[in-house]
Amino acid sequence: MKDAGARRWWVAAMAVAALLGWLEPRLDIYLADVLARVGINVVLAVSLNLINGHAGQFSLGHAGFMGVGAYAAAAITVLAGPHVLPTSCPDWLHQGWFLLALAGGGAAAALAGLLVGAPSLRLKGDYLAIVTLGFGQIIGVIVRNMEPLGGALGLSGIPPRTNLFWVLAAAATTVYGVTTLVNSTHGRGFIATHDDEVAAEAMGLDTTRYKIVAFVTGAFFAGVAGGLWGHFKLTISPKEFDFNRSIEIVVMVIVGGMGRTAGVMAAATVLTLLPEGLRLVAGLSPSLKWVGESRPLLYALMLIALMLLRPQGLFAWSRARPRPA
Amino acid sequence: MAELVQQLINGVSVGAMYALIAIGYTLVYGVLRFINFAHSDVFMAGAYAGLHVGQRMGGGSWAGGLVAMLAAMAACAGLGIVIERLAYKPLRERSKLTVLITAIGVSMLLQNLGQLVFGATPVAFPETLPATTFTAGGVVVSSKDMVVVGFTVALLGALEFVVLRTKVGTAMRAVAHNHQAAALMGIPTNRIISVTFGLGSALAAAAGFLWAYKFPRVDPYLGVMPGLTAFVAAVLGGIGNITGAALGGLLLGVIETLVKGSRWSTWTEAVTFVLLILVLLFRPAGLLGRAQAEKV
Repeated sequence: MKDAGARRWWVAAMAVAALLGWLEPRLDIYLADVLARVGINVVLAVSLNLINGHAGQFSLGHAGFMGVGAYAAAAITVLAGPHVLPTSCPDWLHQGWFLLALAGGGAAAALAGLLVGAPSLRLKGDYLAIVTLGFGQIIGVIVRNMEPLGGALGLSGIPPRTNLFWVLAAAATTVYGVTTLVNSTHGRGFIATHDDEVAAEAMGLDTTRYKIVAFVTGAFFAGVAGGLWGHFKLTISPKEFDFNRSIEIVVMVIVGGMGRTAGVMAAATVLTLLPEGLRLVAGLSPSLKWVGESRPLLYALMLIALMLLRPQGLFAWSRARPRPA
Repeated sequence: MAELVQQLINGVSVGAMYALIAIGYTLVYGVLRFINFAHSDVFMAGAYAGLHVGQRMGGGSWAGGLVAMLAAMAACAGLGIVIERLAYKPLRERSKLTVLITAIGVSMLLQNLGQLVFGATPVAFPETLPATTFTAGGVVVSSKDMVVVGFTVALLGALEFVVLRTKVGTAMRAVAHNHQAAALMGIPTNRIISVTFGLGSALAAAAGFLWAYKFPRVDPYLGVMPGLTAFVAAVLGGIGNITGAALGGLLLGVIETLVKGSRWSTWTEAVTFVLLILVLLFRPAGLLGRAQAEKV
């Protein structure tokens, strides 16, 4: 019912993405770098919000899915690419192959999401949190034991395919996908599952199925974000996708307000810019140097203060329209 | 064969420490029904407290080591109670998720404070208790392992006594069983929750002290992996169940050590979690936990 509006937003965002992609060579390198990271974090946070916020399942393994996507996409471009693509191939073919790699990364992450989710989503709250956390650890161990993927040292030599166009297009598509999903029949199922699982089940809803749909979709977009991240950093190692990374994404969702896509987008943006701001402040004078190093401490204090004072999230503005019952 | 016995001894001593930490998780889960993520960092604080007191005591003597351990336990009991009062108590009526996230925040805070106060570089832990090794039938046994297991058994005995034989313990069980009914019976639930946090944190501190004694290297992130494994142990045994937590800890310690000693050593971390997922699949309430029907 709101699909037409969402689609219009998506088209507009894609136009902006194309514009920025065209502008990128003229942009400051630092600015382009920060913008790309903002975009990737928006994808991660919005997709986690689908799981944690809309469907009400607490996942602590989002970075694990991101890692699966990053490695799968990198494997497609680095390991498979040279065998398939001709040696002198035009740029559009490279870009097309990259799109395939992103989709492959997303699909691999979605498959991982299904493998983890199908058995564990029958579990409630805390148990699910710990299983997803464990999943993140298992992914790290598996990658460290995979020689072709670089093992513990990481995989390097990934071609620089990520640009602002791809990042913003992915962000726009994630937001569009999540919004339309939430506004569909499935979305009603998510909300019912989130609000009262027992009541939802009593109404005949297959809550496990809704949870799995949310989980797999969220994992898919996390995988896409991972693919973008790999082709942006050019080197990936298993410890980048550890528990701390997952927590970082969880913090974005919480600061933004669970189940509020716009708030979560704002939070992802602000929290990505925050360390840059702190670095700027720290650079002003030597006496302010501690500011730059205090980010983790600040994060922790902010998280606790937020939970005590404003658990609904910093950017959770009141809804214009009451949530349909 | 000798090697296997040696691995088993090693595994039992690591498992004993996991059991001590796991009991803290289980106790808190019992009364408040949430995962106290900060528990693993209380363990870290215990190791540091033991380090600093141990250095003052000169070390190498039984009395000095014992004082250091008791001091660490007391300090961490205080820390646990303060954390509960400041961070968790205001959230008593809020959703479980809010408390869980706060616990993650507290954990991050403790790690970063630890880095600020104690420095990020690992430091060597002094020989706080006397240590020797002796050989029996080709098996080299470190007295450290015997000390660890001995202390654990003593502490578990003490806990068993407190929980089952004292008035506070009865009150703890009552609160864990039914919060509201316990309050209606005149049990000061808030004070009992504080006591529970204190007990759990003291056990974590003891585990931290023993851990640093066995593996003499301390850093602010010391608690992360043992804490995670111990939490898995608590879930494995059936969260809320003290015997289950001890059993789970022992089991994980032995399995982990055996895997580490085999040629699949790089898969150790994965084994723990795969085991957890398998147990949750077939016995969602854990090995000793009893499945509860949900009341609507």
